[in-house]
Amino acid sequence: MGKVAIIGVGQSVFVRSYPGSIRELAFEGFREAMQDAKIKNTDIDASIICSAPEYDKQRSPAGVLAEYLGLNPQPTFYVESLCSSSSMGLRLAYSLVKSGLHDCVAVVGFQKMSEISSAESQERMGRGADIQWESPFGTMMPAYYATYAQAHMAKYGTTSEDLALIRVKAATYGQINEKAVYRKAVTLDMFTQPDGSMAGPVATPLRVGDCCANADGSSCVIVASEEKAKSFCKKPVWIMGLGSATTAVNMAGRDLFTGLSAAKASGEQAYKMAGITPKDIDVAEVHDCFTIAELMAYEALGFAKPGEGIGLVRNKETYKEGRIPVNVDGGLLSKGHPIGATGGSQIRTIVLQLRGEAGAMQVKDPAIGLVHNIGGVGLYGNVTILGR
Amino acid sequence: MAEKKEVDARFKKFGTVSFTSLTKTNDFITKLEEGKVEGTKCKVCGMVFFPPRADCYKCLSSDMEWFTVTGTGKLVTYSKLQYAPVGFEGDLPYSIALLDYGTYKVFGRLAADVPEADVKVGMAMKAAPNPLPNGQINYVFHKA
Repeated sequence: MGKVAIIGVGQSVFVRSYPGSIRELAFEGFREAMQDAKIKNTDIDASIICSAPEYDKQRSPAGVLAEYLGLNPQPTFYVESLCSSSSMGLRLAYSLVKSGLHDCVAVVGFQKMSEISSAESQERMGRGADIQWESPFGTMMPAYYATYAQAHMAKYGTTSEDLALIRVKAATYGQINEKAVYRKAVTLDMFTQPDGSMAGPVATPLRVGDCCANADGSSCVIVASEEKAKSFCKKPVWIMGLGSATTAVNMAGRDLFTGLSAAKASGEQAYKMAGITPKDIDVAEVHDCFTIAELMAYEALGFAKPGEGIGLVRNKETYKEGRIPVNVDGGLLSKGHPIGATGGSQIRTIVLQLRGEAGAMQVKDPAIGLVHNIGGVGLYGNVTILGR
Repeated sequence: MAEKKEVDARFKKFGTVSFTSLTKTNDFITKLEEGKVEGTKCKVCGMVFFPPRADCYKCLSSDMEWFTVTGTGKLVTYSKLQYAPVGFEGDLPYSIALLDYGTYKVFGRLAADVPEADVKVGMAMKAAPNPLPNGQINYVFHKA
């Protein structure tokens, strides 16, 4: 069996409130990917539709989207692993193509979060954890991640200012990403001034500025066999490594609280499959749903030893000109986090980087890139390694 | 006419808002009401579970017995919420937390009367049932 390529990528602009329905939203990412790949709907053999349920009313969205995107009568199905749904979709697309069952598969991620209130959204996300034993205590995603931040601080002396520096970095690039929902600069003053817009407590030690913004958005990644990729595409980007792992849904069933064990395990699998080590990564997208999540990603992926991740931010090593640029598209913190679309958007960023088409966000001549995409509170880990 | 079947929906009483009504571990609620926080232990292989489970994934047995959470656990981590999901607004502020009892861990809330300044990762705490308004019940962690 030959290699598997990504031949087209697209995403919608991520916005606070999209003025259209989910099918229209999904069309935006799909159109950009199709125009990028320069292929016709009939070239696509199957579609995989990715989102997290209960934000909109549509049940079984795969059929609805496949029709709207002009992908009948090809097969379609729905994949869900919370915030990592579209990375999981890419993993399945890879296996469909690698097996020879299909030659070209579209992975479409979408989420329209704005039809419900922020508090309702927190309740939905909280129910992505253990509804029987934990949700009755009033859990929500920021609070779960806050418990990891608290443990990291207690063990390694990480500070709130360290976490704020991660948000400052994200905003540096959100400003130059025209697809980002949050386009403004963030300074440390905004965290430290009592009336600063980033300073409000959410769940100690995390503050408003430590949390990503809900957004509406879509993404699309088109995956093809080596033979098809070479016939369709001048600059295919190859899928070199895939890793995927899980951990206990209940906090009581876990052993590690200063990092995400599923992220570490999926990273190790992906490095092994690609035959590389962390030092070979030239550019990365990590799942910074909260500032602490980016810090833990550095340590899980081997960019830094446990407890030393913050040095990368303090020394600007994860800035665009640094040793290992991370989230130079603004990340989830500034670009926004439309759950089901996020993984596809991260993959798009790395594909554009590897092709040298990332514009103002372009890092210098990267050959290998990595995507780290997490679902729930580290419940699902997915790491994807791409190369030219 | 068929007799109306009684439904054992005790678990509806768990926490401020319960999202589950039927579970084979419904006795957990009765035990809370009796003043005990309990987990389960597999009678076949001895695996210990908290939160309690009806089934052992290790040996596939469903022959379980209850054990009482006793002694103290170490505070692994916690977070005080200033913003709540729908249904929990009236509880604010409250802190979620995790205790390590050695052979198992217990996730829950800190008792509302634990002063914030006293809370330190690593401190000894103990879990105890905590009746809530409207007949609901959960458990919280007190200073040991």
